[in-house]
Amino acid sequence: MSPPITSFDSLSTAIDAVPYAKLLGIQSREENGQPLFFLPFQTHNIGNTILPALHGGVIGGFLETAAILHVMWASEICSVPKIVDFSIDYLRTGRPVELYAQCEIIRQGKRVANVLMTAWQEDRSKPVAVARAHFLLA
Amino acid sequence: MSEAPVASPALFNQISDWFMALPHCQVLGFKFGEAHYGSMTVCLPFKDELIGNPATRVIHGGVVTSLVDSTSAGAIYTMLTELEAIATLDLRLDYLRPAKPDFPIYCTAECYKLTKQIAFTRATAYQEDINDPIAYSVGTFMRNSAREVAA
Repeated sequence: MSPPITSFDSLSTAIDAVPYAKLLGIQSREENGQPLFFLPFQTHNIGNTILPALHGGVIGGFLETAAILHVMWASEICSVPKIVDFSIDYLRTGRPVELYAQCEIIRQGKRVANVLMTAWQEDRSKPVAVARAHFLLA
Repeated sequence: MSEAPVASPALFNQISDWFMALPHCQVLGFKFGEAHYGSMTVCLPFKDELIGNPATRVIHGGVVTSLVDSTSAGAIYTMLTELEAIATLDLRLDYLRPAKPDFPIYCTAECYKLTKQIAFTRATAYQEDINDPIAYSVGTFMRNSAREVAA
């Protein structure tokens, strides 16, 4: 159990409690009443040293974390939603700059939530990746 | 899965060494396992920094995504004889059960179809027993990608 996420401040507290989220360096803030997640560039998130580019798993892990936190924020549940499946389309190279993400709950039932995630860098109209996932809520 | 040797040991070793040395693979702690023509296994020892749920100490799904992405890409290189760049187009992961804390996770990936332009992969992440997987994944990769340039 974790404390419910009832504000944008408690979103940051929740991130700090997750070792993997801290390892990646995930942060969040409010934008238009919704959580905006961002990942400042760090060398250890590189997965291709020639380009260089972020590791595909970093983009995936960032989006998965964003979706979990978004669901906790939106539903104020105390348990961490359990991921059932995750599907990601890589659209562009994740360059070594800050990465942003926002999530949308497409459908939330009693037991399952379907969440859409989008990641971008400088230009929101040029997404780096889009993903969707199902989570078990209880 | 085939037990035949990789298509080009020199090329594969070069790529595999490069993969394992990448900053994010290093920070997660990937260890090369084995490779045959069409398949590759990578091991990820447990460490506290990779925990996704502090209450249960289960490893974060993002760690599994990284492991599957790298191992699936590696499986493609077991079939290649010349250096080329590949890029992940998509990955889907089904999380079948939570990983047990304090135990390593293995990923065995297979490239089950290689066409001129696309490589199709499937991967299993498991702990003690590959028949009791923690996650199953399928992916597609673009060959000769201008996006990703390896080595």
